[in-house]
Amino acid sequence: MIRLAKEYFADQRKDDLHELGKGLQRSDAPGHVTAKTKYFADRTFPGMLYLKMVRSPHHHARIRSIDTSEAEKHPGVARVLTHKDVPHNVYTILILIQVGPEDEQVLAEDKVRWKGEAVVAVLADSPRAAEEAAAMVKVDYEVLPAVFDIDAALKPDAPLVNEYHGQNYYLYDSGECRKVRFGDVEKGFAESDHILEQTYWSSPIEHAPAETTGCIVVPEGNDRFTCYTNTQAMFFTLDNTSIILQMPGQKLHMVGGTVGGGFGGKVDVTVEPISILASKLTGRPVRFVYSREEEMQISSPRAAEKIVLKDGVTKDGRILARQVWGYTDAGAYSRHSPYGAQKGAAHYPGPYTIPNVSIDTYCVYTNRTPSSAMRGFGVTIADFALEVQMDKLARLIGMDPLEFRFLNAYRDGDMKAHRQPTEGAALIECMQEASRTADWPVAERFFKMSSYKTEA
Amino acid sequence: MAKKVPLQITLNGEERAEFVESGSTLLTALRDRFDDTSPKGGCNQGTCGACTVIIDGELRLACLTLAEMCDGASVQTTSGMAKGGVLHPLQRAFMEGFAAQCGFCTPGMIMAAKALLDRVPNPSRDEVIEALAGNICRCTGYEPIINAVLEAARANSHNAA
Ligand code: FES
Ligand code: FES
Repeated sequence: MIRLAKEYFADQRKDDLHELGKGLQRSDAPGHVTAKTKYFADRTFPGMLYLKMVRSPHHHARIRSIDTSEAEKHPGVARVLTHKDVPHNVYTILILIQVGPEDEQVLAEDKVRWKGEAVVAVLADSPRAAEEAAAMVKVDYEVLPAVFDIDAALKPDAPLVNEYHGQNYYLYDSGECRKVRFGDVEKGFAESDHILEQTYWSSPIEHAPAETTGCIVVPEGNDRFTCYTNTQAMFFTLDNTSIILQMPGQKLHMVGGTVGGGFGGKVDVTVEPISILASKLTGRPVRFVYSREEEMQISSPRAAEKIVLKDGVTKDGRILARQVWGYTDAGAYSRHSPYGAQKGAAHYPGPYTIPNVSIDTYCVYTNRTPSSAMRGFGVTIADFALEVQMDKLARLIGMDPLEFRFLNAYRDGDMKAHRQPTEGAALIECMQEASRTADWPVAERFFKMSSYKTEA
Repeated sequence: MAKKVPLQITLNGEERAEFVESGSTLLTALRDRFDDTSPKGGCNQGTCGACTVIIDGELRLACLTLAEMCDGASVQTTSGMAKGGVLHPLQRAFMEGFAAQCGFCTPGMIMAAKALLDRVPNPSRDEVIEALAGNICRCTGYEPIINAVLEAARANSHNAA
């Protein structure tokens, strides 16, 4: 049951709250429980073709040749597509907001950079015929050495993952990393009683939505295409498809709807451009839906991260300096990772006011499945590292971890390291309530604190 | 082209017949031929429960059931649960208890819960958990679903009393 603690910020509230704290019926619930809710795959069209993707079995390999002749002859096959069929084969999702360079091939041409990369698309009358024909595509690979983690990728003699970048990290306009500099960390460390440096690692995490990624495309007969999709990012999909297919947006009718779970895993543009191209070249409806195996292996996971935190703290519980080196494993391609790593740079001091801060965040390329968005990507793993570090710091100086957080909590008017003044902070009040609810007592003076008044 | 075979079933109490492709699953047959898209394909390999239906009173995964083997069978799905516009107590409890978020697992969950309540009208919490063990939900964290099933059982026994 929801309880509203109206005693907090009572003097700031103009009006009593009318809607908060009351349960409201979800508007989509009646559709869900009667199974009337329509998901993209809940439709079928006469003459529909099924798309099966031939994928790289290697983590890193040069493509010597692609032979589709046997597959094309297989009964039921309507068309086999390679990179030659894609009008603008090299793309990157965030080019829409000028985050380049284009670094990923829709269908691989000269090289594959991760195990599972799309190479050839086979279209057939039935899923079975498509699968059989896909097995007949012959790709001759020259296997290359691969890198699988951040440290290996950043070694000077590491194999180059992605030629469109030229080095195994993303080049920001600020250089090899995103940087935040605030105060003077060296001075802060010098004034501290203790310094604690720790390294935190995280693994990729798959969203595993109940409904796998997919779309169904129908040619409308007037050179326009309707695409039923479960994308979470309709306009990324529309605009990137328009670039990849070199087709004006008004020819593309994207139809979304209820997504069967996404959690960030459906913001990449992976199934729609190739399906619309296939529909255009065959004149038939096309269905491309990831198998469960593809959803688990092919769709972008949350990035693996490596986070090094170095903090200087006084024995009475003030953090005087924090230095951070954050590394995001983008996998083979950028997708949303340069943005995720950048978000981390702004986030790292956490909800704490620290006078001296230095942050470097890197977006690193490896031969792993490209990572991308997932629930608070760029900050979620950062928070894990930061809060574990807070507990360790408290233990180091023999202080209660909750009281330690009260002492360092940010409050309205405090300047954050990335030069955004704090407004509307409610951390103190949340911790006060958490202390009561969890029965984790703290000293009385912490209950006299407030986020927006400067008394002690 | 695979051979087409006739398939006659009682779908949610209604006599229906369609031609289906030989070798196709009941899931494909229901969704593509019988226009009942309430069973969902979440994995097509028997691991998620999204395709759960009731065949002749038994809980089954439609993605692992050959359509041809269902000839003459009675098949129940979530689309047939509401009678004359009135929701089944399970549907009402799922709706009121926030037991559906994206809704993709919901038809399968409701079928699994119905099979349980048909057998055990007043299940314990553990029995509910056991009965839903084959159904994966990635959104709700299961608690609201378990509570909804228990709530529906309470509402049922109330009505019976
Ligand atoms: S679709 Fe049948 S169990 Fe997943
Ligand atoms: S509500 Fe989304 S999977 Fe259960």
